[in-house]
Amino acid sequence: MISLIPRKDIPLALTVMTPIIAIALTLIVGAIIFATLGYDPLQALYQFFIAPVSRPDQIGDLFVKACPLIIIASGLVFCFRANVWNIGAEGQLILGAVFSGYVALTFPGLPGWAMMPLMVIASMLGGLLWAMIPALLKTRFNTNEILVSLMLTYVAALLIDWIVRGPWRDPMSFGFPLTKMYEDAALISRIELPGIGYLGQLHWGVVGALLMAVGAWFVLSRMLVGFQVKVMGAAPRAGRFAGFSPSFVTVMVLGISGAAAGVAGMVEVSANIDQLQPDISFGYGFTAIIVTFLARLNPLAVIGAGLVVALAELGGDSAQIALGMPKVVTGVFKGILLFMLLAGETFNRFRFEIRLPRSAAVKLTGGQN
Amino acid sequence: MPLFFFEQVLTVAARRPHLSEAFMTARSRTKTSKNSAKKAGVAAPTHQTPLLNASGFVKRFGNFTANDDVSFSIYEGEIHALLGENGAGKSTFVKMVYGLMQPDSGALEWRGQPVTINGPQHAREMGIGMVFQHFSLFQALTVAENIQLALPAGESLSGLSDRVRRMSAEYGIGVDPDARVHNLSVGQQQRVEIMRCLLQNPSLLIMDEPTSVLTPQETDQLFDVLRRFSDSGVAILFISHKLDEILALTSRATVLRRGINVGTVDTDTRSARQLAEMMVGEMVGDVACNTAPADGDVLLEISHLSRPRPTQFATPLRKISMQARRGEILAIAGIAGNGQDELMEALIGEWRAGLDGIIFLKGLDITHAGPAVRRNAGIGFVPEERNGHAAVPTMSLAENNLLTSHSLGGAVKNGVIDDDAMRQAAADVATAFDVRLPNENPLASALSGGNLQKFVVGREIAKSPELLIVSQPTWGVDVGAAMFIRSAMLELAAKGSAVVMISQDLEEVFMIAHRIAVLYNGHLSAAMDATGLTAEKVGLLMGGSAAGRGPDA
Repeated sequence: MISLIPRKDIPLALTVMTPIIAIALTLIVGAIIFATLGYDPLQALYQFFIAPVSRPDQIGDLFVKACPLIIIASGLVFCFRANVWNIGAEGQLILGAVFSGYVALTFPGLPGWAMMPLMVIASMLGGLLWAMIPALLKTRFNTNEILVSLMLTYVAALLIDWIVRGPWRDPMSFGFPLTKMYEDAALISRIELPGIGYLGQLHWGVVGALLMAVGAWFVLSRMLVGFQVKVMGAAPRAGRFAGFSPSFVTVMVLGISGAAAGVAGMVEVSANIDQLQPDISFGYGFTAIIVTFLARLNPLAVIGAGLVVALAELGGDSAQIALGMPKVVTGVFKGILLFMLLAGETFNRFRFEIRLPRSAAVKLTGGQN
Repeated sequence: MPLFFFEQVLTVAARRPHLSEAFMTARSRTKTSKNSAKKAGVAAPTHQTPLLNASGFVKRFGNFTANDDVSFSIYEGEIHALLGENGAGKSTFVKMVYGLMQPDSGALEWRGQPVTINGPQHAREMGIGMVFQHFSLFQALTVAENIQLALPAGESLSGLSDRVRRMSAEYGIGVDPDARVHNLSVGQQQRVEIMRCLLQNPSLLIMDEPTSVLTPQETDQLFDVLRRFSDSGVAILFISHKLDEILALTSRATVLRRGINVGTVDTDTRSARQLAEMMVGEMVGDVACNTAPADGDVLLEISHLSRPRPTQFATPLRKISMQARRGEILAIAGIAGNGQDELMEALIGEWRAGLDGIIFLKGLDITHAGPAVRRNAGIGFVPEERNGHAAVPTMSLAENNLLTSHSLGGAVKNGVIDDDAMRQAAADVATAFDVRLPNENPLASALSGGNLQKFVVGREIAKSPELLIVSQPTWGVDVGAAMFIRSAMLELAAKGSAVVMISQDLEEVFMIAHRIAVLYNGHLSAAMDATGLTAEKVGLLMGGSAAGRGPDA
């Protein structure tokens, strides 16, 4: 029987070395796979890790790609710290986009100073309400939030599909499932850096994403509500003893993560797409789960983890274009990278122990006194 | 993602140790030897070779001697009680007999032949069966399927069902093999567990506190079943602390006290009083002499607190009433599992009654108040379990201090935690209560049991609560730390606070309590002045004997 035993004290050196070793192993395994398939391994790794960030404008695009991941993961950190498993950020993102789209399309004449805040609030509300469904079902009927939130993702996808094909379709779209383009006031503008100009597609939403990560860090590490979340996740009985309510924490963390995912949906549409369409997310809600774990549930580390994952995405595109590498191979490589990082994380937190069945049985049943 | 799936699987495995064991039994696919050679009738025990004879069993855990030269014998068809308080060494002894642990020294004979029992599997092959107090069945499976999992492979489900039905009729057990376990009461589930043992034709059946989860009617039914086993020659080792049950069921009783066998007696010739005395012993300072200050104001008043059984192995609370006065230590004695956890949760406010007017603090109804509100009203709490209840092991001491002071202001302003104030408060507690720290702000898990206990008691006393409610304040703590904690509680009472101490350590109760009440099976006796009270009287109440019960208990 193989057991994972939590380490009591994790040496700092191990924590620092873990991701380095993981990335080194990824490079080695990746090189072997590329060579086996007949690609020049050095060239392939260059396309993955260097080419996507070799020009300043590409660095801007990297941040743009990471932006929704960072926003969503900043919210998911709260859920996962509290041992609440929100797997439905993708659906909450869609509802955020729909709610903010309602504001943008219904009140196109609003001035910019009113439009943006209203759209942000609407997107938060949309994501939050969608997350309240699993939250209330869990607190009232003890349903499994993993299943409910995941299944609601598909409902959300069908909902936006119906909206853009039906009630909100632009009559001038020649039958395409698209809404009207947003007015300028409803769009997020690019950042013009003094002396440099535009940096790729870098937009103000990225600044918002970084602020959200920092804000999440402050709430989680410096505020009493963050303390509640951590206590509930680490020892629910101690949380009740402290006077915290498990239901309140469940509702709160699902609300926070839902609102964050909603904002990500709004930013994605207003900065990159400019109108609603059936597909507005490339699985950001799911990829953000990986980002959250890669960041070890630390909101500040979410920024770095979001950039790493975004790099893997862009690197995959770049390898496909430059080397004609099939999409499945780039997908495999991304998978290896994430697998190594998460496995490293597991080895960091647990040590493995192999025990004989007989002694295990004795130990388990001998536990009660 | 993969991490939490791992963790969930691990948690399930850890929560269901008996299931894991059942699995392993099924997997190992060993045939049991059918030692069903039972002699008809039960002869006078003394002329026979004992079925099982243990002599000079010693078992040490570090410095602690759990069993010190314990000798014991049981004959075929005999129902023999093993009696003692918590920590007397009953569990340790039967675990050695069942092969779950090995004695450090001592010899075991089975039907006159020396043996060494290597494990539970071996014990079962020899013909020893055991029903655990907290047994565990697969809720979604049927009775027959659950039984099949525990038996060696090779028997069809329908054949097994027939055997279960036959045996059920023979002994009056009343188990339907096709019923799903989640539809059964705890008593019925226990009978499934008994059936599981019985199908392996044991010669000796060990039952660990079997009646603690049963209603009185179920207990009577169980006793009928056990008597029939005994008539057919099966020996039963019956572990209990309930004196009346022992007198009703068993023919002999072996009493353990602090790891020592204080005697094996015929229960026919003994009274509950005599058994109680053997169980609790004659202590130094047998008669308590702590006199509470006269006429302290009533701080805490509880009237008719009842609580249904929260889980299947829990004890319901039955109309508990009590008063705690300023300046006194009120002890709630009793053997663990008689409702202490359930009462403590109700006192903390983790569980709250639906009705009004049950718990009052200084005349104020706090029945519906949660733990934080009760703390703000001046109550401090120390629950029994340090890890995961009183403290979060993976958090620092400073954060653990915040756990019970976040609602009191100080370190939290406008929802923001003042890190320096939080650390300083924890450091102050550590200094004042002699908590030895490996570094400035260690994780709670880095502290020894005694040090962590001093911390969780100290963080409450440091707030000078008007009322302190503690459960097992010195459980698993070294002598020095225990004395420190007790004197801190006495000091607090002397300053005019009230202390309610739930404790199963009778010596501790007699040492520091001013008044003593006893919790038995969810009932709380009237509180008695400790002055002049004898250990024997308290022991009778702890054993639930009618002889010890007052008119109103």
